[in-house]
Amino acid sequence: MTVPTMAEMMAQGKQPEVLFWVGAAGSYDDRAKKISRAFVKILHAAKVDFAVLGTEESSTGDAAKRAGNEFLFQMQAMMNIELLNGYEVKKIVTCDPHSFNTLKNEYPELGGKYEVYHHTQFIQNLISEGRLNIDENTLQGKRVTFHDPCYLGRANEVYESPRDLIRRLGVNLTEMKRNKRTALCCGAGGAQMFKDAEAGDKEVNVLRTEDALETKPEIIATGCPYCNTMMTDGIKFKEKEAEVAVKDIAELIAEANNL
Amino acid sequence: MQYLPNILFAIALIAGISFFAINIRKLFRNINLGKDVDRTDNKSQRWKNMIKIALGQSKMVRRPFSGFLHVIVYVGFIIINIEVLEIIIDGLFGTHRIFQGFLGDAFYGFLIGTFEILAALVFVAVILFWTRRNIANIKRFLSREMKGWPKTDGNLILYFEMVLMTLFLVMNATDVPFQQAGIGNPISQFIAPLFDSFSAESLHLIERTAWWIHILGILVFLNYLYYSKHLHILLAFPNTFYANLKPKGQFNNLEAVTNEVKLMMDPDADPYATPEPGTEEVVPEKFGASEVTDLNWVQLLNAYTCTECGRCTSACPANLTGKKLSPRKIMMDTRDRLEEVGRNIDENNGTFKDDGKQLLNDYIKPEELWACTSCNACVEECPVNIDPLSIIMDMRRYLVMEESAAPQELNMMMTNIENNGAPWQYNQQDRLNWAKEE
Repeated sequence: MTVPTMAEMMAQGKQPEVLFWVGAAGSYDDRAKKISRAFVKILHAAKVDFAVLGTEESSTGDAAKRAGNEFLFQMQAMMNIELLNGYEVKKIVTCDPHSFNTLKNEYPELGGKYEVYHHTQFIQNLISEGRLNIDENTLQGKRVTFHDPCYLGRANEVYESPRDLIRRLGVNLTEMKRNKRTALCCGAGGAQMFKDAEAGDKEVNVLRTEDALETKPEIIATGCPYCNTMMTDGIKFKEKEAEVAVKDIAELIAEANNL
Repeated sequence: MQYLPNILFAIALIAGISFFAINIRKLFRNINLGKDVDRTDNKSQRWKNMIKIALGQSKMVRRPFSGFLHVIVYVGFIIINIEVLEIIIDGLFGTHRIFQGFLGDAFYGFLIGTFEILAALVFVAVILFWTRRNIANIKRFLSREMKGWPKTDGNLILYFEMVLMTLFLVMNATDVPFQQAGIGNPISQFIAPLFDSFSAESLHLIERTAWWIHILGILVFLNYLYYSKHLHILLAFPNTFYANLKPKGQFNNLEAVTNEVKLMMDPDADPYATPEPGTEEVVPEKFGASEVTDLNWVQLLNAYTCTECGRCTSACPANLTGKKLSPRKIMMDTRDRLEEVGRNIDENNGTFKDDGKQLLNDYIKPEELWACTSCNACVEECPVNIDPLSIIMDMRRYLVMEESAAPQELNMMMTNIENNGAPWQYNQQDRLNWAKEE
């Protein structure tokens, strides 16, 4: 799969239309890497001229900031901003709502001002520009529920873009009782992904998986690699792997279009 | 002697209002113990939010049943208070129902009639609220932090309202000329027959007594606010006005850190340079918050505004799964500690004397702070735009940057970010391997 880097582009004197910010999960996590690849397939199908930072990309610092380490966050931010500004990046797309939030909201004050899109928003634009169509037959009639990532939903009030894409898949979208503004967190945010939970009577991801299972889904759709991990673990905990799949919207689109 | 009631009334009124004013000054003083934060931007949006959220109750009605009951009590409270104006004028000048002459029978009757209907509705709503708090087993009213005074406080407010509404209706029911006129008594006309057997003198005595207790009750209630969670009826307005307008996911960047990081990354910076004259004495700023005075004044205003409804806690993923974290408790603890600091200042002639306590550990435990997923559910839920998450984050910052007291796994995650630019221990040179796999 061809994934050009900014360095290669620059060497050829080219400036891509958009930078794909892959994020740590999308780069290293085996499950999330599949999401990155699905999204790249979509970018290729829509003939988007894009590039990644590749080995030059580094953590946005989101997890450090949420853990309380403002120093580490700002060091990461300033390094990344220097790099991005050096490449004269204007437009960024990412599959990770945490990177999306940090790049979009927290970098500008530190000197990094970009147009930042979550991949669901970006794909929506590709469709409205006529550069991509979603095949509504492949997944027709499948029961799908969507789990709102906190950093996409409440944090940035993006509720419609992912839902619009899901509807275009021709599937049967059923909402959980807690959705959009009232959606329950998957349990990964605020750096919880990287530590054990405090003592309690349940894991957050199990509670959220129960919300999802109430809708009797065949597919739980997400738009965040961390939510994906949490929901996948929840499904395993409930021993439902045979009946329920956890998929990123990018993967569903790649699957529907046979990419 | 004929002016004695007027004088007594004036004294009660002045005493009630002055005592309240003294406490409100303390409240302002305490809020101003917080750090400065600029919330003067975007005034039009701020006014809109205040009108929509505080005045218009738009977030209250997201939960339809309790929201509807609250709107009744809220509207009743505001409108019935027009009547208090008449009571004050009557009390000061020894008049009786002064507005009746002013406004004419028809309009006056319409007004008092409306107040009576509202009073009856408020009474019913308050009974339902009491039932929800004490009988209905609603989880958010039974949480750990709601034992003792917070529960009593909630009930006292409801009793106050029941008594005030009853007195208002009894006062009208025993006002013989008012009942005879038959205007504006849609509710009290059904209470009046209960007093049929009383003589004219005793009726007058009951009417006067109800009138006096009603107005004194209102003055006591006004002064009760400062000691209660009920301050929200006033502070909801400034609180929604000064609330954060930025996207909820945007956490502030600490400026003190920015300066240090810039210096660290500046290749021309000379670490051994003599500091500029006048700056040597500057104490380096404390990172994050371990005490109420490390928080900003909006966070402290938030704490006074919180009416402990617990909608935040009932939506908190950590709390729902049995963790110790409760966003409501974060707000209650902040207020309790702030009031303690305030009392300390009062007792020590205007300066705070170290009492060996602080917000962190003595009130809020690290275990609560580390359970937060920063999902913003609490912020989204709050009917008056309180932001418990910002306090949690500021306290985490203190734990990490001042005390290096993060959970071990988070320290590992942060070390990884520092060393290889990812929260896991992977080589940065492998960052593009995903493109070659499959």
